[in-house]
Amino acid sequence: MNGEESQWLTVLIAVLGGAIRVGTPFLFVSLGECLTEKSGRINLGLEGNLIMGAMAGYGVAWITGSAWLGVLAAGATGVVLGFVHALLCQQPRVNDIAVGIALMILGTGLAFFIGKPLIQPTAPHLPALHLGAWSDNPALRAALEINALFIVGVLLAPAMAWFFRSSRWGLAIRTVGESDDAARAMGLNVNLVRMLATMAGGFLAGVGGAFLSLYYPGGWSEGLSSGQGLMAVALVIFARWDPMRCLYASLLFGGAGALGPSLQAVGVTSGYYLFNAAPYVLTLILMIAASSTKVRSGMPGSLAAR
Amino acid sequence: MAFAPFLIPLTALLLSLALFGVFVSLAGADALAVYHSIYRGAFGTWFSWQNTLVSAAPLMLTALCTALPARLGLIVIGGEGAMVLGGLAAALTGLVLIDANAWLALTGMALAAMLAGGLLIGLVGWLRHSRNVNETISSLLFNYISIAILSFLVIGMLRDPETLNKPSTHHIGETHMLGALGETSIHWGFAYGVIACVILWLLYKRTTFGFAVDMIGGNVRAARLSGLSVGRNIFLVCLMGGAAAGLAGMVEVAAVHGRANTSLNAGYGYEGILIAFAARHHPLAIIPMAILFGGIRAASGLMQRDHDLPDATGLVLQGMIFILLLASEAVFARLALNKGFKA
Repeated sequence: MNGEESQWLTVLIAVLGGAIRVGTPFLFVSLGECLTEKSGRINLGLEGNLIMGAMAGYGVAWITGSAWLGVLAAGATGVVLGFVHALLCQQPRVNDIAVGIALMILGTGLAFFIGKPLIQPTAPHLPALHLGAWSDNPALRAALEINALFIVGVLLAPAMAWFFRSSRWGLAIRTVGESDDAARAMGLNVNLVRMLATMAGGFLAGVGGAFLSLYYPGGWSEGLSSGQGLMAVALVIFARWDPMRCLYASLLFGGAGALGPSLQAVGVTSGYYLFNAAPYVLTLILMIAASSTKVRSGMPGSLAAR
Repeated sequence: MAFAPFLIPLTALLLSLALFGVFVSLAGADALAVYHSIYRGAFGTWFSWQNTLVSAAPLMLTALCTALPARLGLIVIGGEGAMVLGGLAAALTGLVLIDANAWLALTGMALAAMLAGGLLIGLVGWLRHSRNVNETISSLLFNYISIAILSFLVIGMLRDPETLNKPSTHHIGETHMLGALGETSIHWGFAYGVIACVILWLLYKRTTFGFAVDMIGGNVRAARLSGLSVGRNIFLVCLMGGAAAGLAGMVEVAAVHGRANTSLNAGYGYEGILIAFAARHHPLAIIPMAILFGGIRAASGLMQRDHDLPDATGLVLQGMIFILLLASEAVFARLALNKGFKA
């Protein structure tokens, strides 16, 4: 194998590994957003949940010495932010997009404020499975270090699809998302269902944040998230509100996000900043391609009605 | 409820200051002293007033980027990207016109910045109308893309090799900088902001164009049935909003930095969203709101130094104000509903 070819192979392997590593936070946030949107509400504040989750997860993991307790704490902060979102949105004349932006600013500010003393200390990392142990190619081994949270996410996607399709609660969420009136006629408490869906969605987004600080890129810093929480909203539209498609789309986005660093690793540095913009450009192109003036298939009715 | 437009932001502001006081007390600072620092740094002296008004200049312009499309029912949050591209276009034009006279160079810079920002947000509006692409998400993505373009160019081909710590373009020339208003340190950008708010208010209040915009914002179908070109109006409104934010970039380049660099990406665009909501998307109300938030921005350095608080303190205060603003809107709407008349 000549040098040039192995270089491109390295890039390819790095992008594949990156698709999993970079894609995991996307997976959790997009599943959370999918759950919230199925109930008929958009939560743009998941970026705040992600950053708060990253900070709280890191802090708790450092104090308790357990990365998994950190993940739980991250989810818990997500639940609190989701509760605030739902509480505000169910008031008259309040726009859910505006509430999302406000929570994004507040969540980011609080995380940076409280997280200031967490920049120095080292918290325990989440464990990884070394699925590449059979290979003697170090790049492949690195790429196949699969984090336990990713596997949880991969199992969660079909579980959520089943939940929507076949469970009583899934039906309740879909009904509320389709039509307020129909849901009331069924005797459902619309605000309660939306609140629970937003809180559960917030939990998942918080867990996605914990992955950022407790595994990859790891550590706590103010530059940890670069808008993954917001891109997840676009990702859900692209995935047409289907949990399984959220999984595939997250991997695609993860791969796009890993492109810049992978190219830099083999010495292609000139377009670094442009390659870093790849996920955003991809999102935009996908949104333009996926949308039309017609109501999209799979879109919850109360989202389409506005 | 005629006082609602004034009462709601005021209530929210007082509540959030109280909440913020509790927050900084928990963080170990003396709340009253923190309030005093904010007041001193924002409005306490003529020196701090000047700093406040300088910060308010770009904020007025970026707030328009959210406030104008909001009348159509669109939530555009692309002020940051439009400002970055506007600043970049202004710096490029300034470098091309470096040998021209100052008046021509500044006019060229302003026009280029408005065109760059306007086309960006215009594209957002066009995508929304023709392809049903969510304007909030697409404008946000354009923020990230614009910042990537700026970083790529100032680190690469446009870099002045003498700028070591912060890669920047070449300087547009001291003689081509935007001057100060009289004997103050407040630059002309502040006047640009005030003039833009007043002109756009007149446009919305007094022209058929403004009427058309309100009609589309009220009921798209009715507007279409009465023969209005919805797509064209959406594009034009977004174009104007983006042009305002683009001009904010020109102001920062021509009056403050003299070069385009990543200082353009200092959060003015995101703060503009908050100001637009606090002003209830009313162009004239943006002026006092931008001065208020400009004051908080101007005071944040003092607040951090005096009380050993982290940089993010200002962001926490902004977030609290935004949340409580939306909450107070809801409470007032509830009161109005209970009384049986509309707010």
